[in-house]
Amino acid sequence: MTDTPLSLIRNFSIIAHIDHGKSTLADRLIQTCGGLTEREMTNQVLDNMDIERERGITIKAQTVRLSYPAKDGKTYVLNLMDTPGHVDFAYEVSRSLAACEGSLLVVDASQGVEAQTLANVYQAIDAHHEIVPVLNKIDLPAAEPEQVRQQIEEVVGIPADDAIEISAKTGLNIIGVLEALVTRLPPPVGDADAPLQALLVDSWYDAYLGVIILVRVKNGRLKRHSKIRMMSNGATHTVEQVGVFSPAMRPLDDLGPGEIGYINAAIKTVADCNIGDTITDDRRPASQALPGFKASIPVVWCGLFPIDADDFEKLRESLGKLRLNDASFHFEAETSAALGFGYRCGFLGLLHLEIIQERLTREFNLDLIATAPSVVYRIHRTNGTEEELHNPADMPDGSLIESIEEPWIRATIMVPDEYLGPVLTLCNDRRGRQVDLTYVGTRAMAVYRLPLNEVVFDFYDRLKSVSRGYASFDYAMDGYEESDLVRISILVNLEPVDALSFIAHRSAAETRGRSICGKLKDLIPRQLFKIAIQAAIGGRVIARETIGALSKDVTAKCYGGDISRKRKLLDKQKEGKKRMRQFGKVEIPQTAFLAALKMDA
Amino acid sequence: MPEPLALYIHWPFCLAKCPYCDFNSHVRDVVPEARFAHALSRELAHEAARLGRRPLTSIFFGGGTPSLMAPDSVAALIEQATTLFDPVPDMEITLEANPTSVETGRLRGFREAGVNRVSLGIQALDGEALHRLGREHTAGEAIAALELARTLFPRISFDLIYARPGQAMAEWRAELDAALALVADHLSLYQLTIEPGTRYEALHRQGLIALPDEDDAAALYCETATVAARHGLLGYEISNYARPGAESRHNLAYWRYQDYAGIGPGAHGRLTLDGRLHATRRHRAPEPWAERVERMGSGQTSETPLEPGERAREMLLMGLRLAEGIPAARFAARTGIALADAIDGDVLGDAIEAGYVAWHGDCLAATSEGRLRLDALLAALVL
Ligand SMILES: Nc1nc2c(ncn2[C@@H]2O[C@H](COP(=O)(O)OP(=O)(O)OP(=O)(O)O)[C@@H](O)[C@H]2O)c(=O)[nH]1
Ligand SMILES: C[S@@+](CC[C@H](N)C(=O)[O-])C[C@H]1O[C@@H](n2cnc3c(N)ncnc32)[C@H](O)[C@@H]1O
Ligand code: SF4
Ligand SMILES: [Mg+2]
Repeated sequence: MTDTPLSLIRNFSIIAHIDHGKSTLADRLIQTCGGLTEREMTNQVLDNMDIERERGITIKAQTVRLSYPAKDGKTYVLNLMDTPGHVDFAYEVSRSLAACEGSLLVVDASQGVEAQTLANVYQAIDAHHEIVPVLNKIDLPAAEPEQVRQQIEEVVGIPADDAIEISAKTGLNIIGVLEALVTRLPPPVGDADAPLQALLVDSWYDAYLGVIILVRVKNGRLKRHSKIRMMSNGATHTVEQVGVFSPAMRPLDDLGPGEIGYINAAIKTVADCNIGDTITDDRRPASQALPGFKASIPVVWCGLFPIDADDFEKLRESLGKLRLNDASFHFEAETSAALGFGYRCGFLGLLHLEIIQERLTREFNLDLIATAPSVVYRIHRTNGTEEELHNPADMPDGSLIESIEEPWIRATIMVPDEYLGPVLTLCNDRRGRQVDLTYVGTRAMAVYRLPLNEVVFDFYDRLKSVSRGYASFDYAMDGYEESDLVRISILVNLEPVDALSFIAHRSAAETRGRSICGKLKDLIPRQLFKIAIQAAIGGRVIARETIGALSKDVTAKCYGGDISRKRKLLDKQKEGKKRMRQFGKVEIPQTAFLAALKMDA
Repeated sequence: MPEPLALYIHWPFCLAKCPYCDFNSHVRDVVPEARFAHALSRELAHEAARLGRRPLTSIFFGGGTPSLMAPDSVAALIEQATTLFDPVPDMEITLEANPTSVETGRLRGFREAGVNRVSLGIQALDGEALHRLGREHTAGEAIAALELARTLFPRISFDLIYARPGQAMAEWRAELDAALALVADHLSLYQLTIEPGTRYEALHRQGLIALPDEDDAAALYCETATVAARHGLLGYEISNYARPGAESRHNLAYWRYQDYAGIGPGAHGRLTLDGRLHATRRHRAPEPWAERVERMGSGQTSETPLEPGERAREMLLMGLRLAEGIPAARFAARTGIALADAIDGDVLGDAIEAGYVAWHGDCLAATSEGRLRLDALLAALVL
């Protein structure tokens, strides 16, 4: 097993736009290669997190080693990496690509090329991958493989005449895919006798085994019981387990060049586990590290605070563990006047934020308040200093600010031309500037520059709704520009709630302020006392709403027998209240913090 | 002087289970009358033996449907209680009666047994509504029962359920006016509550029962108080209205957080034992309760001393239901905590300013606006 000749190994990623069927194809490949019994097989078997299964999306890239007896009579080792399709998880894709030599580019034959198809395929090209286009879902009546084939050639710019037509759902032509992997992808190169160089591709935390590391061996051998060294910081560890995913973890004695597998080396801290690091042998170290990955830069930040202040320690630990699973999110301690101690966390996008928040709640049993998400601004102070602003609450007084810059993105939007009008209107409303507009058949591709601030909260939702779900979207950061920005504070019963303050362009401030006050009026249930909600810029109130007191809340019958029950109810209510954050005696439900920021049409 | 005592006796059987009801009530093909009457008597004796002689301020036969009991059984229990305890002069003895013709036939017997107050479960004066509430009687039967009761008992009360599905303000006003014309000195007017585990809850969840929204429910409540007051019945508790002096003394004992003993399946008690207030509870299911009584003399399953904080919360949640409020001195004496220390001073200030509570001399009372929002008020106010 461990000394598979390189010529019999193929490493590949499956890439596609979201929902085009990557995980389903992975299922069929695993099944065909006998990785799982009929009984073990579930749909999208690699999406093993609860959130992945519920949302039907892949969040974390997954690896499986398959064994395929090909038509040429030889049995190949195929290392499959299933990747997420959503733009927020592009970083997962880029790391998987670095571990492979080729990619299956899956395109839904009923949908055609979408924004992430493009984004992912360009990443694969940059990684010098051999790309095998696969037209999926041809079982659907709406499938138009010929047209999509043409689209791939025209829009993506890669040859598609030998694209493989399959249905991942019905299992049609899976052998075609397997044969293409064997015949069209190059085998990995590497030298088993050279000093060890293994790429640290990913890591995660396992409740039983501790930190598990996913590696791709480039040169040398990674052996059980050997002492390894992390080339970035020189830390050494003894390898306790080496193995592969089949998809269950299967221990081996070692991993040779070209192999993808895992190791477990009793690593405790995040600092010792840098994604993109090179692992070498402590006794015979390599002289050079492999090229790592570009660091991921969080573009959206928000504060996470435990509802129960006593949970702060637990939050710290949980963030540490999650960080081992997901190197792309960042956190640093923060204090808030209203919310006490918590963490400022950076994410790759709003879905990423939602997912992390949900995982903290579910996997670590934490009740959290998330503050309004913010992008990173650059503040130039009148005294000549410059700083990055992650948190609207930290924005200095206007008199101290010389200028503010905000981040822009370059967005690529693909949309059937009948929905182009509303999509362009949306982009223009969000201060967008058109860079390019081209057509492929009846599909338009619009390239826009937009302030990230305008995109973060709900642009994607709006885009989906104005295009009836047909538009797809991808973006990349595209520099900073000076802008006329103001901070809007939200006051509840005259007390500012720093967690709700946000930064907006001056031209949009009033509309935004009114919309948020209106939203909060709907989101905050009526309470015992009436509640005044205001939006203000500095001392100037720009919008206000009042939530009237609740009109009736009383138990009709209460006799002797009910006393214990009523008291217990009251005790529970008090307990619940203690766990609820109060803002000027007002309870603001957790959901309000994020929901308030979403703008309406 | 020993603590005065109010005595509750539970009869757990009904002719049919009403779809909105979550009381401890059960339907049996044949009610084992003798067995349960005997068990009640045994449990009463058992309880009296350990409580010692105490002034007895009221007896209340509740249910279930105690009007299904044989008047002789009621007579025997009254006789026994008045022998074991020291009844106050003119002691109130109430029995809940359902106005079916069968039970109406027994009213005279109950009077002869010593019952001096009946509380009739009329619920509605509209035939269609009674049907939908799953009641076993007609509006005509209800009125006949009331007419008869009036000639037999010095004090009568009846219950109505309002804010029923589809019931508009005008209809309720008319129904209430008609009810008030029937001259009772006491009325219990309950807004329909969807209780967990009832058939109404299932229907409600399926969207088949629509209750008035919060604002409409508030308007119905306020109008009810206004109409009742016009007829001289004042709201002395959230859902109870009486001519001054005609309040239910037994129920006042609950709301004033005084000692009461509970006999029968599922009955609760609050009893001062060795100088400490205890919460007592009895087995809820009728037959196992009876079996326990037969074996051990009592169906009690728990007896828990109450901490000062628990007493304070209980006294607040009961006492603020009353228009008269809670006298601070009695509160401190009963709970061991000063009233001011049992509530959040900040919230109290705001609540006074908002007109939800007020001090009447030494008494802290919820205003009618406060009582309308009592659950939220308690949650905020009580420490
Ligand atoms: N009809 C049909 N449906 C398919 C086929 N392949 C996948 N699907 C369906 O398409 C949906 C998305 O499939 P996934 O495999 O989760 O897609 P994915 O590309 O992994 O999605 P992300 O990981 O979220 O980017 C699921 O409902 C699948 O059942 C196919 O060949 N035919
Ligand atoms: C102990 S119960 C029942 C007494 C008697 N068995 C009867 O039904 O007439 C006392 C009163 O509570 C009221 N009640 C019971 N369930 C209710 C509910 N779900 N909502 C409002 N009132 C209710 C009824 O008015 C009932 O008369
Ligand atoms: S409402 Fe009265 S009669 Fe109906 S089930 Fe409940 S206790 Fe019995
Ligand atoms: Mg997937």
